[in-house]
Amino acid sequence: MAEPGAEWVRVKALGTHGLHVRAPAYMRGKRGVVERRIRPFPNPEKLAYGLPAEERMLLRVRFRMAELWGAGAERPDDTVDVEIYEHWLEPADAP
Amino acid sequence: MPHDHHDHSEGALSPSGHPYRLDNDGPLTEAQAMEIAVRELLIEKGIVTADEVAAAIAHMDTRSPALGAQVVARAWHDPTFKAALMADGTAAVEAMGIDIAPVKLLVVENTDSLHNVVVCTLCSCYPRMLLGLPPDWYKSRAYRSRTVREPRRVLAEFGLRLPDAIRVRVHDSTADMRYLVLPARPGGTEGWDEAALAGIVTRDCMIGTALPKV
Repeated sequence: MAEPGAEWVRVKALGTHGLHVRAPAYMRGKRGVVERRIRPFPNPEKLAYGLPAEERMLLRVRFRMAELWGAGAERPDDTVDVEIYEHWLEPADAP
Repeated sequence: MPHDHHDHSEGALSPSGHPYRLDNDGPLTEAQAMEIAVRELLIEKGIVTADEVAAAIAHMDTRSPALGAQVVARAWHDPTFKAALMADGTAAVEAMGIDIAPVKLLVVENTDSLHNVVVCTLCSCYPRMLLGLPPDWYKSRAYRSRTVREPRRVLAEFGLRLPDAIRVRVHDSTADMRYLVLPARPGGTEGWDEAALAGIVTRDCMIGTALPKV
């Protein structure tokens, strides 16, 4: 799925301690390719608590099913695209 | 039908054989209590009226998949519009005169090698301004958890069996964008006008759990 020059990122595997976050658990620690940068939005994880919300870049990241679900993947080459805020992402090497 | 002789105890069935739905006599949730308190305060302070609240609800209820179907039909009919829709879904739909603010729309296109399906694993994000209220199953834990894990099996349960050659791309609508699937225009629709085309575009086609049928 990844073309040459693809930008690989990993979702930070942070615990959330029951707080309202916008990064689903199943993708934390997983590696994918940046599909696009959408645009900055006010950080929803601040808005949820009525706090002043700085703008954060919202990206879409594409994951292979094999990356998300390992050997149990229904079809390894199918993909899931997810919106994730920049503060959840860190650069990663291509697999 | 008289109701004085029915047995309404738990497990009893209606005359048509369905279980009775329990009355919602439980205590209010915190969110329900907050909604009522805020609404009553806004009305008491003269910021909104009860009529305006009812009108806003009625306005939301006028939204239906027919709006989304118009968008799809125009994209099938007009390549310039389709290009604009793919480039900036929000602007293209508003240019048609459909007010979808504050929704940010992202349109994803099915092709002969790719099928798109939309889910919101975190809650129930859905393009209500184009499709109306989401179906109950869209909000169910089963659909939300299974669609990112085994989309082909989920789609098969909707009656949609995809050939192996077609890649499945699931979109988890987790944040600020809302998604509309642009199905491929089926064969046999050559020469149809937009209204006829819109007639075959169902809600499920635009979520990605069905394909238009001629």
